[in-house]
Amino acid sequence: MPVNYYIFLSIALFVIGIIGVLTRRNAIIIFMCIELMLNAVNLMLVAFSKMHHLANAAKDATAGIDGQLFVFFIMVVAAAEVSVGLAIIVMMYRNIHSVDVNFLNRLKH
Amino acid sequence: MTITQILFWVLSALTVFSALMVVASRNPVHSVLWLIFTFFCISGHYILLNAQFLFIVNIIVYAGAIMVLFLFVIMLMNLNESSEPKKNRWLRMAGVVAGGCLLLVFVAALKNVDIRKQVAETNTGDIGLIENLGRALFNEYVVPFEISSILFLSAMVGTVVIGKKE
Repeated sequence: MPVNYYIFLSIALFVIGIIGVLTRRNAIIIFMCIELMLNAVNLMLVAFSKMHHLANAAKDATAGIDGQLFVFFIMVVAAAEVSVGLAIIVMMYRNIHSVDVNFLNRLKH
Repeated sequence: MTITQILFWVLSALTVFSALMVVASRNPVHSVLWLIFTFFCISGHYILLNAQFLFIVNIIVYAGAIMVLFLFVIMLMNLNESSEPKKNRWLRMAGVVAGGCLLLVFVAALKNVDIRKQVAETNTGDIGLIENLGRALFNEYVVPFEISSILFLSAMVGTVVIGKKE
């Protein structure tokens, strides 16, 4: 497939994630939209790694493998981030009994 | 139209539709379920690109572990449509317009780049197989791999400390 299809698909997913972050107030949904944006970037990295492999396979048999390893490390970081972030959201819910991010502006009180 | 192209378009349409449903659903549980469906569609794209290791990791880590964690937290808080915070309609419209402007900028910037005639290899190529990825991971990327284990350990300690009751 031409790589620009993948570019536009990733852009669409990324922008949907941004719109979700901007329009929703539920902290968990905002968090899920961030995951969506990470996945859009992952898809683009894999498409670029396959494009690079096709272009440079004659010189180097493993050309483009770095892109897929980057995706693997992004998934590692995302898993760690989700566990800490959800713990913070649970603690916020325990304290103010809501997941509305607008209540977070009273965090200092 | 080859079968790969048909699969690509069907998967792309499903991915974008389910991603839109994640944002549009009123009920948080429905949002999580749509997000799991989105991750499965993205895994389908990985299979089309012959990235088999990432396909299985995406299913196990994202659709399996992370989304179950989200679902557990939502059930723990007993969130549903009635507890959904209401937002000003104008603010929501402003968010959609801002996102649309970003989409416009991205598309306008990337419409005519030189890269668009390049092709991403589908169905063939063996860089996505576990054998090759594992060899690269444990030779060139062994230090980041070990550091990520420290990251996991610190995330685990942080989660326990934050989640502890007083």
